[in-house]
Amino acid sequence: MMFEVSNMSFALPEMFMLAMACVILLVTAFLGKKASSYAYGLSQLTMIVTAILIYQSVGENGGLTFDGTYIKDAFSDVLKLSICLMNIAVLLYSTHYLKTRNLYKGEYYVLAVFATLGMMIMVSAYHFLTLYLGLELMSLCLYSMVAMQRDSKVATEAAMKYFVLGALASGMLLYGMSIIYGITGSLDIATISVLLQASGWNDTVLSFGLVFLVIGIGFKLGAVPFHMWLPDVYHGAPTAMTLFIATTPKIAAFAMMIRILAEGLGDLHQHWQGMLIMLSVLSMIVGNVVAIAQTNLKRMLAYSTISHVGFILLGILSGSQEGYAASMFYALVYAVMSLGAFGMIILMSRQGFEADNIDDYKGLSERNPWYALMMLILMFSMAGIPPMVGFYAKLSVIKSVVDINLIAIAVVAVMMSVIGAFYYLRMIKVMYFDKPVHAHAIEAPADMRIFLSANALAVLALGLFPGSLMAVCAIVFS
Amino acid sequence: MFADFPLLSLIIWLPVIGGVGVLLNGDNNPWARPLSLLISVLTLLAALGLYIGFDTTTHQMQFVEMAPWISSYNINYYLGIDGFSLPLIILTAFSTVIVVIAGWQVIEHRTSQYMAAFLIMEGLMIAVFAALDAILFYVFFEAMLIPLFLVIGIWGGPNRVYATIKFFLYTLFGSVFLLLALLYLHHVAGSFSILDYQQVSLSLQEQTWLFFAFLIAFAVKVPMWPVHTWLPDAHVEAPTGGSVILAAITLKIGGYGLLRFALPIAPDASMAMDYFVISLSLIAVVYIGFVALVQSDLKKLIAYSSIAHMGFVTLGFFIVFRIFAQSATGSGAVLAVEGAMIQMISHGFIAAAMFLCVGVLYDRMHTREIAAYGGVVNTMPVFAGFAVFFAMANAGLPGTSGFVGEFMVILAAFQANFWFAFLAATTLILGAAYTLWMVKRVIFGEVANDNVAQLTDINNREFIMLASLALIVLVIGLYPAPITEVMHASVEHLLTQVSQSKL
Repeated sequence: MMFEVSNMSFALPEMFMLAMACVILLVTAFLGKKASSYAYGLSQLTMIVTAILIYQSVGENGGLTFDGTYIKDAFSDVLKLSICLMNIAVLLYSTHYLKTRNLYKGEYYVLAVFATLGMMIMVSAYHFLTLYLGLELMSLCLYSMVAMQRDSKVATEAAMKYFVLGALASGMLLYGMSIIYGITGSLDIATISVLLQASGWNDTVLSFGLVFLVIGIGFKLGAVPFHMWLPDVYHGAPTAMTLFIATTPKIAAFAMMIRILAEGLGDLHQHWQGMLIMLSVLSMIVGNVVAIAQTNLKRMLAYSTISHVGFILLGILSGSQEGYAASMFYALVYAVMSLGAFGMIILMSRQGFEADNIDDYKGLSERNPWYALMMLILMFSMAGIPPMVGFYAKLSVIKSVVDINLIAIAVVAVMMSVIGAFYYLRMIKVMYFDKPVHAHAIEAPADMRIFLSANALAVLALGLFPGSLMAVCAIVFS
Repeated sequence: MFADFPLLSLIIWLPVIGGVGVLLNGDNNPWARPLSLLISVLTLLAALGLYIGFDTTTHQMQFVEMAPWISSYNINYYLGIDGFSLPLIILTAFSTVIVVIAGWQVIEHRTSQYMAAFLIMEGLMIAVFAALDAILFYVFFEAMLIPLFLVIGIWGGPNRVYATIKFFLYTLFGSVFLLLALLYLHHVAGSFSILDYQQVSLSLQEQTWLFFAFLIAFAVKVPMWPVHTWLPDAHVEAPTGGSVILAAITLKIGGYGLLRFALPIAPDASMAMDYFVISLSLIAVVYIGFVALVQSDLKKLIAYSSIAHMGFVTLGFFIVFRIFAQSATGSGAVLAVEGAMIQMISHGFIAAAMFLCVGVLYDRMHTREIAAYGGVVNTMPVFAGFAVFFAMANAGLPGTSGFVGEFMVILAAFQANFWFAFLAATTLILGAAYTLWMVKRVIFGEVANDNVAQLTDINNREFIMLASLALIVLVIGLYPAPITEVMHASVEHLLTQVSQSKL
């Protein structure tokens, strides 16, 4: 038997990130008080260099490596690149928050870089165990991040809930994986996919395993009825941590879903389609309807996330390459919008004032017309009103279900987006039509202001010219 | 060389980019008003350029522009106009100039934002009329809600928040079904071009579903009874400019949508369901006419009168099937559709003028209650002259544009069914009743109170604005041929489309 040398270059960005994470850990441990600034600088550097490494390898031949447990393909390149780029903004926004809250510590950056590494592994994993390891690496970092504000009761409670439910979800996922392993005798996604093409499998047992996988994924994404943790965690966690949880981990969870369901268990499509329809319809309904009742902006955005997850599932349940591309587009767009919206909360807040109540935004357009306009763009985009990019995301996933003749589900989706429009409109109403109750100047530093404006304008610009990003998503799945 | 010049894009993007420019100039900028006026006048001139270059002999799309936009879905930046879109585009460009003039002194609060909202909206609405790609159409169709939502919500009356959210959700609710219909048609036709949509054959069941999707989207916009309830609220709370644009353009988008989508794409379903639309239209004409009679708020009265007048538009579009059934020649069908189109254009000018008249009064008295007025003619004689003229036009006085459209539709309705014509003709009585009664109570009589006694007559700005509208109303009323000529080929083409079964 030949000993094959694994192609290390496929995992070069991850290796670099791992090395840098260790460096940041050491810096944090030994530099004392100055450490946080170094840690911040180094983690930004890590994100940028990793992004460049990934970008340079785009278009190069990809393939499996490490005995088929790891893959580099167009899908992984695009998602990993987006994760790194978005995390640059995430780190930038959260640093402002951490500095003003006495949370500016090196540990946050260590956790952030490790979590990013976990996400990248999730995106590139082609083996159930690798996938699971990536997921746990990411999740454990996120749990600890939420718990970082030790003296806050709400944050600790949120971290506890997140940890317990997250662990339960991981358990479910692992159980599902073990059942699939029990039937097919493999944990390798490529092998499982080939094996399942043959007929004669026991459908009942396969579906049994599938159910647990879908539950596990549903938990991680926050789809109804596995969404209970999401509003509490979003609400309870310090906004910087909410920002982190709400953006790139969703992309990673989406990648995990594509790897498991579409690429591994693609032949069981008719089995998981029904399950995803349930999750998707329930998520859209519960997310949008319950969001109406919220007075806390972070909680409202949490429910809005649940409804967005419902829309992301629409594309996947269609089971077509076009549908997967639509979902991927939606997931990326969602992450950008969510980044902007939570970034805006951080921008408005300062020490002792979290700016997380909807009423805190009263009369924002008179106090600060520019950021009110940015928030308006983000809210209309989330509501799916053109010309913002959120519309094209909804358009593409709804198109994918119309194309497979599931018109009834498309009708539910559009009805729910009308209901959803209400609470985004209410946010705009508060900003534009109400009189301001207090006048606070925005304290954020210039880099955050510029990034956040660019973030919101990108939502508009992508809406005017959505073609290139949609084309990228389509190429990935062609 | 001139033929390749992207005139339509210029007309769409000049006001949008100009509007953004005005917005970025910041508030309290003294240049905001003149700059907005300049942009809107230039746009109007460019739109008139369309009229000059327009070839009236063909129904083919003209000034066509095509560029790939979202290549992975084969969605194109595809523009073009025919005889239906051209008059509406000119109407839009003209109304915006009027709105800018109307807001000149009145809007003191966030002036730049106000002007910018209307300029951006102008570009978006013209784009709605010019878009030939379904998704492009939908994008503009929805996007124009955003500025209107803000205009009503920021500069509106006391109950503006309720009105604007109701307006937004109502129209959004209608339009999401349009989106589904457009996506379904893409699934069938394999392209997003509206012209391709018009070619595909569909079963009656498919057509019926599509027809109802179109109907709900556009009926809300028109608005047809019983989905009209957002309109009186929106009109009452909107600032004058907002009311003008709502009445003059937004409602027309509903009628235009029926012409562009429902009739040519689902002709068999339209024929099968024509009694339904005709009944709703007649209810709008008769019942809403009575409702208008009892209004105590000036703007509400005009809003209800708009709904009744738009009933003629939908009536004119949908009686064509009955006319075909009655006579083979179908000359009455041309009359019906052209009458409905003229009614749309004419209503655009008259309703705009009526809302401006109310605006003139409101700026001075800060009330819209009819009971608060009386004897305005004594203090504002010039204004009273205009107000009476527009009221007469609204009531359909021969010689004004209001008469032409209604008369053509009623005449055509006789060829379909006597009772349709009979019910439609009640508008001549009802319209005269509610309009003239309002005139009597507001304009004529003794000076009612001290406030009225202190009124000052219209200034030059208001005079120019009302006089230009009066001139147009009179010209169309006396000589409507330029408009019918422009749309004639398109109407003929539409009628061949609807008379051919797609089954």
